[in-house]
Amino acid sequence: MKTFIASIAAVLLLALPGAARAGTVTVKGSDTMVLLGQRWAEEFMKKNPNTRLQVTGGGSGTGLASLINGTTDIAMSSRPMKKAEDDKLRSIKATPTQLSVARDGVTFYVHESNPVGSLTQEQLKGIYLGDITNWKEVGGKDAPIVVYSRENSSGTYVFVKDNVLDGEDYAASAQTLPGTAAVVNAVAKEKNGIGYGGAAYAKGIKELKVKKGNEEIEPTEANIKSGKYPLSRDLYFYLRNAPAGEVKAFIDFALSPEGQAIVTKVGYFPVK
Amino acid sequence: MQSQGLVETAPVAPRLSSAARRRQIREKVIAGIITAAAFTGIAALVLILVFIAKEALTLFLDAHAREEASLSKMFLPQVVRANRPPAFVWQPVSNVPKVSMIPLFIGTLKTTLVSMVVAVPVGVAGALYAAEFAPRRLREVLKPTIELLAGIPSVVLGFFALMVLATFLQDTFGLPTRLNAVVAGLGLALAIVPVIFTVSEDALTAVPRSYREASLALGATPWETAWKVVLPAAAPGILAACVLGFGRAIGETMIVLMASGNAAIVSWNFTDSVRSMSATIAAEMGEVVVGSPHYSLLFFIGVELFLFTFVLNMVASTWTRRVLKRLTGAGA
Repeated sequence: MKTFIASIAAVLLLALPGAARAGTVTVKGSDTMVLLGQRWAEEFMKKNPNTRLQVTGGGSGTGLASLINGTTDIAMSSRPMKKAEDDKLRSIKATPTQLSVARDGVTFYVHESNPVGSLTQEQLKGIYLGDITNWKEVGGKDAPIVVYSRENSSGTYVFVKDNVLDGEDYAASAQTLPGTAAVVNAVAKEKNGIGYGGAAYAKGIKELKVKKGNEEIEPTEANIKSGKYPLSRDLYFYLRNAPAGEVKAFIDFALSPEGQAIVTKVGYFPVK
Repeated sequence: MQSQGLVETAPVAPRLSSAARRRQIREKVIAGIITAAAFTGIAALVLILVFIAKEALTLFLDAHAREEASLSKMFLPQVVRANRPPAFVWQPVSNVPKVSMIPLFIGTLKTTLVSMVVAVPVGVAGALYAAEFAPRRLREVLKPTIELLAGIPSVVLGFFALMVLATFLQDTFGLPTRLNAVVAGLGLALAIVPVIFTVSEDALTAVPRSYREASLALGATPWETAWKVVLPAAAPGILAACVLGFGRAIGETMIVLMASGNAAIVSWNFTDSVRSMSATIAAEMGEVVVGSPHYSLLFFIGVELFLFTFVLNMVASTWTRRVLKRLTGAGA
């Protein structure tokens, strides 16, 4: 009798999480993508009132950690999954699925009054590695460069590290701020400042063009979408396995023309 | 517990009225609840400590973690870029993670130092004024007002430091970096002045009237009485106030996270940006891969913070005991 009760309890315990999740899809991850995820979820729920979607931020790593822990169905990430995370997922018999759902460009900002309008990728690298410390070395006035960066928990931090710094470390003197909004705000107040963040946030400051050969490439939609602007990236959804059921319905919606129209509305760039 | 035992063994009347018995039971239940509450608090503390220590211990047990974040990598200078002298660098998210604790120690030390240098004189002087010199009416306004300052959420203080204080200091002194140890330290001072003030004020008012009367009767001025008699007599209490303030300053996260710039630089210049230990935990914990060396490292920082405050409390309480002994010895 006792074993019978115990086995029933065990079955119930196993079934409960599944039962609690039915009808609710959780989406978690990149702060860059939270707004986008929420807009998608709102529109999707209008059409499918039986499905509940929960979209929360916390950062790309948080989302992927939740995917590993099994506390989220979809992880939003503004960077590709790291090898360690992939290994963790495979070690629990999952086959991680990656879907790029939108495009974003990382823009470098300077104060409005800064005469420097464009920099090459090498110059940006020099500034962020701490090799270039004065604006006059890159054609500006004689003033120290105040470098703003993001916290190392940010997907944007990793993107710039990989694509601008070629994997090298940021200068120790780079100040790290929580959130792109904080960086924008700091650069807007700092005459000699330079910072970076998603193109979607850039307001009230001057966006730097990226010099490539003789060409100065602006972070415009066309340039980012076409990949001509060198500092653009994909935004991803990660799943434990191939999408199915409600999760699949939501992803199909996000990639539909209607979903991609929302991408443009939020300020990112469509993938399709 | 002992007095409770006495009540039980010494009922004089053999027959208690039912009302009295009910009261006795009720009191026992209440005492039991209070005891349980006290032990729950202690148990929670111990469990938290065990949990943090357990997560940090992985750093020393796991081979991968031991290689990536060994003690020598944490505390000795390392070569981080080719052809550069070895340095202390905190870059835990990297192809080759650099995990030197030294910049974080320096950052915490600098912000805490600035905040204590500002808050201790202000808090103690304010308490001395309120306890010794302020007219009664003013004192009744002063005390609750400063205590109200303790109720301001630290995120509000951090925001104030970030937006107002930083701009003001940069415009006034022409500092190269807007967010630095001074700004964060001043923000912290706002948070700990009320703590130091309140506890110091209580200690000062607790000094017996007879001390003051004796001093004044011997011809000392009120200022001499306050400075040379009341203040030394209240020294243990004031030290306790400072330790409490220090504990708050070293552990305070939000203000430092917002106003310090969070750059892990090794320098003794107070106008450089700093990264404190608590802010590092707060900033990086959200993203870290659970179970990775970086994750254990953050817990290890938590253990270090705990050890710092623990050791400081020990030192302070020994010192307090010594001062108390000297004071009472001199009095006898």
